Amino acid sequence: MTEEHFIEVENLVIEAGGRKIVNDVSFKAKKGEVVALIGESGSGKSTIALSLMNYAREGCAITGGSIKVGGRDVRGLKGAALKDFRGKTVSYVAQSAAAAFNPVKRIKNQIVEAATLHKSMSRAEAFARQKELMHTMALPDADNIGDRYVHQVSGGQLQRMMAAMAMINTPEVMIFDEPTTALDVTTQVEVLKGFKDMIRERGVTAVYVSHDLGVVAQVADRILVLRDGEVMENAPAKDLLERPQSSFTQELLSASETRLLELQPEPEHDVVLEASGVLAGYGAIRNGMPQYPVLEDINFRIKKGQTLGLIGESGSGKSTLGRVLAGLLPAAKGQAKLNGRDLDLANAQHRRKQDRQDLQIVFQMADTALNPRQSNAEILGRPLKFYHGMTGEARRKRVLELLDMVRLPASLADRSPRELSGGQKQRVNLARALAANPSLVICDEVTSALDTVVANAVVELLVELQRELGLSYLFISHDLGKVEAMCNEVMVLYKGREVERAPRDRLTAAPEHAYTQQLVAAVPQLRQGWLEEVTAASAAGPQTYRAGQ
Amino acid sequence: METTSASVTERRRLRLPNWPLLSMIGAVIFLFWVFIAVFGDLLTPYEPGEFVDSWNVLGPMTADYWLGTDYLGRDVLSRIMTGAKYTVGLPFVTAALALLFGLILGVMATLLSKTVDTAMSWLMDTVNSLPSTIFALVAVAGFGTSIPVLIIVITILYIPSAYRNVRSAAINVSKMEFIDAARVRGEGNMHIIFREILPNIIPNLLTHFGIMFIYIALLLSGLSFLGLGIQPPEADWGALVSENMVGLSYGAPAIFAPALCLLSLTVSMTLMVDAVSHQKKDR
Repeated sequence: MTEEHFIEVENLVIEAGGRKIVNDVSFKAKKGEVVALIGESGSGKSTIALSLMNYAREGCAITGGSIKVGGRDVRGLKGAALKDFRGKTVSYVAQSAAAAFNPVKRIKNQIVEAATLHKSMSRAEAFARQKELMHTMALPDADNIGDRYVHQVSGGQLQRMMAAMAMINTPEVMIFDEPTTALDVTTQVEVLKGFKDMIRERGVTAVYVSHDLGVVAQVADRILVLRDGEVMENAPAKDLLERPQSSFTQELLSASETRLLELQPEPEHDVVLEASGVLAGYGAIRNGMPQYPVLEDINFRIKKGQTLGLIGESGSGKSTLGRVLAGLLPAAKGQAKLNGRDLDLANAQHRRKQDRQDLQIVFQMADTALNPRQSNAEILGRPLKFYHGMTGEARRKRVLELLDMVRLPASLADRSPRELSGGQKQRVNLARALAANPSLVICDEVTSALDTVVANAVVELLVELQRELGLSYLFISHDLGKVEAMCNEVMVLYKGREVERAPRDRLTAAPEHAYTQQLVAAVPQLRQGWLEEVTAASAAGPQTYRAGQ
Repeated sequence: METTSASVTERRRLRLPNWPLLSMIGAVIFLFWVFIAVFGDLLTPYEPGEFVDSWNVLGPMTADYWLGTDYLGRDVLSRIMTGAKYTVGLPFVTAALALLFGLILGVMATLLSKTVDTAMSWLMDTVNSLPSTIFALVAVAGFGTSIPVLIIVITILYIPSAYRNVRSAAINVSKMEFIDAARVRGEGNMHIIFREILPNIIPNLLTHFGIMFIYIALLLSGLSFLGLGIQPPEADWGALVSENMVGLSYGAPAIFAPALCLLSLTVSMTLMVDAVSHQKKDR
């Protein structure tokens, strides 16, 4: 191959406040190739991608190295030339399309904006091209969907429209910055397919930023593995996936695989939580029905030392169930028994202190679940005093024990949660629940804000604690891998109703309900060509549950 | 990691030096005025009511009378120093009172039922819609002017803005999951207010206190300028400007000095507010 490299980045250095956040990064891409940047949060992957547009976030500066796109020196571009380059040669697809579109303007007007702004074509031409792109992205009713507003389309559709917006000037380079991270897996498949078709059809050179190896395996020709701003490995996708060289890549690969953790056998009796006929929703309640029902007719029981997994896409009502059980949202109907005592689902004011102590909830966002104005010792000390009346030395001792239990050093006790990393925060969050000595812990998406390796460690910790303390969990997640790893039994929710319940091994091996089948099939796998298989299969399949349409 | 966390704890211990230079200058000026407000009466070079130089009214700045003499030949510096307790003290007291009531009502509105919130917000908006100077004028005309009347009227006028500020800040905090966590635990409202919400809205409260202070200082000076605020023989800075109006055409320091003092007071407060609100952003 004598083909010229279209993107050439050499010895790139980006600094923030005197610290090198990207250090000596080099990579090349031929025309039409897709290069993936993969790494954990803080690895500098987005920063590198943005530097291709000669853009550095506030407080950062590109201080060394060269960036060439199509033979042009990007770092030398200034003023009008840079503006022209950004709109026409390079374009950007951001993670959250919902935040990138203006909600009060019709989508098509926003899509053609880049074209009319750069005067690259007339308005009429731009609208014609907009329709064409909507077809390329396989959007339903492609001719007219652009007339809609943001709230009238689904998240996956909006993400594809954002790609269409980026394509309007037929750029030569596209930057995808975690474009499917905010989407459900079932939606992700369609969006990835759309991206891939478009890249191939239009011969675009792309840089794809992601933390998900499974996703990257589907779209990339070459993968760069980054860690703390440095390249750990740079290899063609196939080689990297099959024969990873660096130990960090191997770690990432093994972390993305689902490992079934060893769980406790099911006891004969000892039902910890039993719920039946739970119905809940939002809005005024009339004749026992809320105005907007979210959950209907939910029944389950969790035995001692067991974990029930709750899986479903966003809007399926899984978090609502957690909030109802925790007493944050009153249920319209339904009964529950906790350790044999009635648990009031309709009015949390009537709950006994013992009930509150036995049932604890751990929230998804450790950032907002810990009061930043309190130290970790105060956060953990409060439930000790509240439930067990502990004070002084005894409380301090127990706080340190709790930190040890979640594998955190005692030196963190007097720190503020603001000083902790995401994984550490989530451990403190968990320790607070453990402080109550609960029998059941509701884990609401506790791993979804964490990097893969850190999330796996949290899941392992949960299982260890379960073994040590005989805890039961209701584990709410959208991540099938995590649910499979640690749940004895899994309930699949779809639009507020249970569609299937099965032991973990049966669920992925032989899903019965069409939605579960689709869900299982949509989890990206670490091999190339998986995307094509899946989309071919779903096109042939008789029944498809379409998300959000 | 180690070094950054060390510097964070240090910052918490010594917060002032972390302010930008301008805000530090503001703090110095403000503390100077607080000092004068407290001890001004004891430190005046002359009796504030004494006609020290009746032959030379509206006189220039001299070694004897640093800021000149006023329209009756009294020492301007001494009068400014005794007036400081009104111009600095009254806004301080009223802003603090308004903030206290605003805090109680605002937090109640967030935590009690939606009906209480709506009713309270309507009431507050009603009060807020009254033009403050006119309302103060009417109240002073009706009840006569005295320091207690001024304090009550101005406090009532500023409760709504404090209430709005506290309520919006408290609502933001109360949406956080750590509040949910406290509720699930079964905590009472008092714990949630004092331990969970309040520490998180203190920067907002400080900022708003500063802004109210500035507005109230200006409103009080305006009232005094119109002759409805502090009554003679006592005088705050607004009254000093007003009584020396004749001096305007002579360029007498007696009229500019109190005006500049008022300016330096409000600007120094603004600079301090800047520092607090920036810190809030850094959080």
